[in-house]
Amino acid sequence: MAMDREKITSRTPDWRDRVNKWRQRTRGARRRLALFMAVVGPGFITSNVDNDAGGISTYSVVGATYGYALLWSLIPMTIALYVTEEMCARLGVVTGKGLSDLIREEFGFRPTFFVMVTGFLVDLGNVVAEFAGVAASMEIFHVSKYIAVPIAAFVVWILVLRGTYRQVEKIFLIACLFYVAYIISAVLARPDWLLAAKSVVIPSFQLNASYLLMLTALVGTTIAPWQFFYLQAGFVEKRVGPRQYPQARADVLVGSISCMVIVFFIIVCTGATLFVSGHRNITDAKQAAEALVPLAGRGASILFAFGLLNASLFAASILPLSTAHVICEGLGFEGGIDHKFREAPIFYWLYTILIVVGGGLVLIPGASYLKILVFSQVANGVWLPIVLIFIVLLASRRDLMGEYVNSTTFSVIAWVTCVVMIVLTIVLVLAALFPGRFGSVPGL
Amino acid sequence: MLHATELLGSIAYDAQGNFVGRVRELFIEPADQPNRVARYLLGRGKYQPLVARYDQVGSVAPGTMRLNVSEKALEEYRANEGWLAVQKDLLDQQIIDTGGRKVVRVNDLDLAEHHLNGSVELRVSLADVGLTGAVGRLLQGIASYAFIRRVQGKLPTSTIPWEFVNLIEPDPLRRIKLRVSHQKLAHLHPADLADILEDLSSEERQSIIDSLDEESAAETLAELDARLRQQIVEKLDPEKAADIIEEMQPDQAADLLATLSPETSQELLEEMPQFEARDVRGLMQFGENTAGGMMNTHFIVVAESATREEVIEWIRSNDVDADQLDAVFLTDSSAKFAGVVPMGRLLLADAGQAMASLKSEPLLSLLPDAHVRDVFELFDKYNLRVLTVADDNGSPIGAITVDDVVTRLTVKARYKFK
Repeated sequence: MAMDREKITSRTPDWRDRVNKWRQRTRGARRRLALFMAVVGPGFITSNVDNDAGGISTYSVVGATYGYALLWSLIPMTIALYVTEEMCARLGVVTGKGLSDLIREEFGFRPTFFVMVTGFLVDLGNVVAEFAGVAASMEIFHVSKYIAVPIAAFVVWILVLRGTYRQVEKIFLIACLFYVAYIISAVLARPDWLLAAKSVVIPSFQLNASYLLMLTALVGTTIAPWQFFYLQAGFVEKRVGPRQYPQARADVLVGSISCMVIVFFIIVCTGATLFVSGHRNITDAKQAAEALVPLAGRGASILFAFGLLNASLFAASILPLSTAHVICEGLGFEGGIDHKFREAPIFYWLYTILIVVGGGLVLIPGASYLKILVFSQVANGVWLPIVLIFIVLLASRRDLMGEYVNSTTFSVIAWVTCVVMIVLTIVLVLAALFPGRFGSVPGL
Repeated sequence: MLHATELLGSIAYDAQGNFVGRVRELFIEPADQPNRVARYLLGRGKYQPLVARYDQVGSVAPGTMRLNVSEKALEEYRANEGWLAVQKDLLDQQIIDTGGRKVVRVNDLDLAEHHLNGSVELRVSLADVGLTGAVGRLLQGIASYAFIRRVQGKLPTSTIPWEFVNLIEPDPLRRIKLRVSHQKLAHLHPADLADILEDLSSEERQSIIDSLDEESAAETLAELDARLRQQIVEKLDPEKAADIIEEMQPDQAADLLATLSPETSQELLEEMPQFEARDVRGLMQFGENTAGGMMNTHFIVVAESATREEVIEWIRSNDVDADQLDAVFLTDSSAKFAGVVPMGRLLLADAGQAMASLKSEPLLSLLPDAHVRDVFELFDKYNLRVLTVADDNGSPIGAITVDDVVTRLTVKARYKFK
């Protein structure tokens, strides 16, 4: 050891100096980067998980049916996503407590209990939808769902039980990178980029029922209630404090934007191919991937399906864990993967039930993916208003937030965002429940 | 026995049987009596709420409360910071169970009745943190009190005696008024206390560290994970932080200061007494993954020519920390490292035996910039308990003990396996 070092030192006598000088010079930048990297994760992961199985289906249908006509909604959606997620990040960073903790402490036992019970059912619906996504994408690769879903469920289950938060987060961050698959398949589709870019900036509005419904669906699938719990818990678990709030906010902002970037590419991909060539009647992501083969080539189709698989698996890993966590936290049971089964039985049972039942329902012969997605969509829509109202109320409390409380301007933006979100989701729920009266829900 | 939630919302009647109001809150006055419900807040809709004192209550049952005075005898309510509110400050909040050594959430409180000539006092006896309290809260107002009691009787209970309950009040002024002391926490093992702190929010953690004496705070900080430790110290008042760091082992202090910003760590070092600060500064020069970064500078060095008796005498007469007594280091006449005598050998040796004859073979030492891997290898190969770190001249400058090695290895193992 010692000899080697001497040898190196004698050969390049000033290497140490040079390295030190370089270190000195880049110190500020390295420190800032390190500060950001220590915090990045929750916001980025959460926003990307938004693009789950249901989301991707909706986006592909939007692109196939309307081409680029709905792209303008991405900017307002980014703002809505950022505004709502930022409040949760701030709540977590300032109070150091999870969202269900805060709801329990500030609103009492019974509201918490009902939020948790609905949360469990809603998330169960979502987990089923994710496994349905796994099944659908694997069918494109000609793998039977009876093989794919059990394997996926087992991988998800083991990943969380055997991994630490940090490792799992790294895997999730890598999963975020796989969304690049959609960018590549969009490029393979050779779209008219200029037109796409114009459509983002210049709103075009059509006043007909199905267009409005499609818009509603787009917004509804992008902002899911459970993500707020996950996001806030992520910052709490990483022990991000008020001093690192600027980095946390940056993480949320980067996450919101990157989420929308992926949505953009998915819509552009199907818009440039299926819409242009007249294949406008697809109903889900699987059909989109299949229809892509003759139009953009086998590569684009495979990438599209791979993206769906990645997104479904990704969300299926996060949802059960986050749900079990939130419920235990709110109701005061021991929870978390750092505990042994004996110490936190309720946590592990909830977690296992979500995965086993979630995966199992997809395996029922003849199970309709469509119905599963509709159910999870409706459930989200029912739960979202409740959660959003709690979040805004909490973030507006000065005794809780101190100097980080919602400013008047921000409060107005937050309430407007929430009311718009709530109205849109209610419309979506009604449309899903009474398909005849409102026209069918796109993407479902 | 009564549950606090059975009393909250109850209807209160005065001595003449007239309706007075509904029980909205129970107050404990810890400065006066630590567990007695001292005041009952009676809400009266649009009228000013009234307050009944503990000796104005004639009888209580789930849903009803009878006063032994007339409504006119009651005072009007005025907020008081020194009152602990059961509903607002306790129900649904986190407390520390000092017996079970963990953080739990209160679902309900059990109140014991004490009858005293014509009045009834309620004293908090248990905090319900389990299923019974949860089910009670859920069914309240839907089912009858009797039915809820019957259901609760069938459920497993999980309660904490009030003596073991440690409140978490982040506001220091309010804490004094409420007589919340963290005395019970100081008696916990620092490792247990560190686990508890990890479950709390940052403000709550801060308040607990703030209220501990420097020594307990130092021991607890040493057990916390690096990131939390850094956060806590950065938020402490620099003077207090310096006092705490001074109590830490120099190697732990150096590790901690190295994680802070250069300005903060400089500031803290200046607050510390010169002698300790010099030690810590010296240690901070070494990289984290080197022998120097692991070593401790508190150790005992004697001349190899000394006899066993002389050494024991010297140790007794000097103020030596028992933690440093794993081994005694020897130097020769030119102050160069000459060997290590483990405490066991020193114990068994004869009074007049020279230290040189007691030392372990072979003579092992490392340079401070040796990599931790080399340290692990030596400890493993020679089954060491201590290892000497010597400078370029061969003089001992520090000691690495086996617990330093275990700490490093567990951190590594945690990343690898868990």
